[in-house]
Amino acid sequence: MKYTEEHEWLDQDGDIVTVGITSHAAEQLGDIVFVELPEVGAEVTKDDEIVVIESVKAASDILAPLDGEIVEVNEVLADTPSKINEDPEGDGWFFKIKPSDTSPMDDYMDEAAYKDFIA
Amino acid sequence: MDDLRETPLTGLHKALGAKMTGFAGYEMPLQYGLGVMGEHLHTRDNAGLFDVSHMGQVLIRHEAGYGGAAQSMERLVPVNLLGLGEKRQRYGFFTNDAGGIHDDLMLTNRGDHLLVVVNAACKADDIALMREGLPECEVTEVTDRALIALQGPKAVDALAPIAAGCEIMKFLDTGIFTSDYGELWVSRSGYTGEDGYEISVPAAQAEPLARALLLHEAVEPVGLGARDSLRLEAGLCLYGQDIDEHTTPVEAGLSWAIQKARRRGGEREGGFPGADVILDQLENGVARCRVGLRPEGRAPMRAGTQIFGSETGGEAVGQVTSGAYGPSIEAPMSMGYVAASHASAGTTLYGEVRGKRLPVAVAEMPFTPANFKR
Repeated sequence: MKYTEEHEWLDQDGDIVTVGITSHAAEQLGDIVFVELPEVGAEVTKDDEIVVIESVKAASDILAPLDGEIVEVNEVLADTPSKINEDPEGDGWFFKIKPSDTSPMDDYMDEAAYKDFIA
Repeated sequence: MDDLRETPLTGLHKALGAKMTGFAGYEMPLQYGLGVMGEHLHTRDNAGLFDVSHMGQVLIRHEAGYGGAAQSMERLVPVNLLGLGEKRQRYGFFTNDAGGIHDDLMLTNRGDHLLVVVNAACKADDIALMREGLPECEVTEVTDRALIALQGPKAVDALAPIAAGCEIMKFLDTGIFTSDYGELWVSRSGYTGEDGYEISVPAAQAEPLARALLLHEAVEPVGLGARDSLRLEAGLCLYGQDIDEHTTPVEAGLSWAIQKARRRGGEREGGFPGADVILDQLENGVARCRVGLRPEGRAPMRAGTQIFGSETGGEAVGQVTSGAYGPSIEAPMSMGYVAASHASAGTTLYGEVRGKRLPVAVAEMPFTPANFKR
């Protein structure tokens, strides 16, 4: 598992990376009430704003952590955005991306570094 | 949080683990452990305790007693204060010369004087306005009391053991109660759309009183986050956001708070700032009105969202002034101003959210039915 400074987690399995937000981020955002996900098949560039989440407090953007193609999105979130608060690092995942370049993964934090980052 | 003022309950909020934020110059709780949604739902089903000590409590005295104070104050607010019964409370607003709203407030007939409660952000301004506008009155800010709102269907169960007799009060009744926590000034009112009370308590007794109320199984502390979603679901305006110096009471849909006695043909017609504008609007209507808005999708339309009459093209017909997710209605909700031509309930309009025009229906407010003890 890798972590970005934007509080996303990235779980690489072969050539597919699953992306969500960390428990810390979900807690900070508060109850999430709306999610807008990218389209499957979309080609995205690192740092594009590809997900919008709205909590009871405010709207936030989630950035694409890598260049690549969106191969799957978590459709369940559209009707039950609360899944993100319930299980942010499991059932509350956002999308799966097939990166065209995985090298930025090396720069992202591991769990210990992320824990220090949010401490 | 330097430079922010504290209330007599700031220590309690921190002890309860609140997330604190700056609001109107005060350090206030945004939320506690239940979170905004949990606190909101708890208040609708049980009872929520809110610290509203940042609001201003002001006494207005006149040598001729309440009648004198009421008659004087009627120069500043378009409210029938002479007709307000003893121990009764009424909503009102200060107006400006253009007919705009300078602040909204609650006014109480306390037998031989008038008590008003004003918004925190406008407090200093309002007191200056009253001191200048009411030279024959003594205007005293109450600085040694806290104000606690206890809101929700079970508020009565928690307060009755402390202020015996509060259970027989009706909506907008007020009373002074002797209690273990000193003299309590209680009104059966609030700003959540629920039954409940606002309780003014001597500052030194505020924390013991709040702790005693929180001991009741139905009561949880509630922060500003849920206070905002509760008042919005109840269709109530937040001063500075939904109403301000540039919105008139008629545009804001608050005409109900201007009693007949102060309207054209009434016993004490006009006589308040901006009366010409406001009385004219009451008779001839307005070009824009505050309306409720229910987005058809799940995306909340927040303050500032532009509203259009069609899905493409055209000029904006209005703008959202408050928007959020409504935990009790389980849907997004907004209020805002739209052209009168587009303001009938049921009209489909379009809110521009992140570059896309999304359908939104003009809707009746409140979004949740009011639950007052009439």
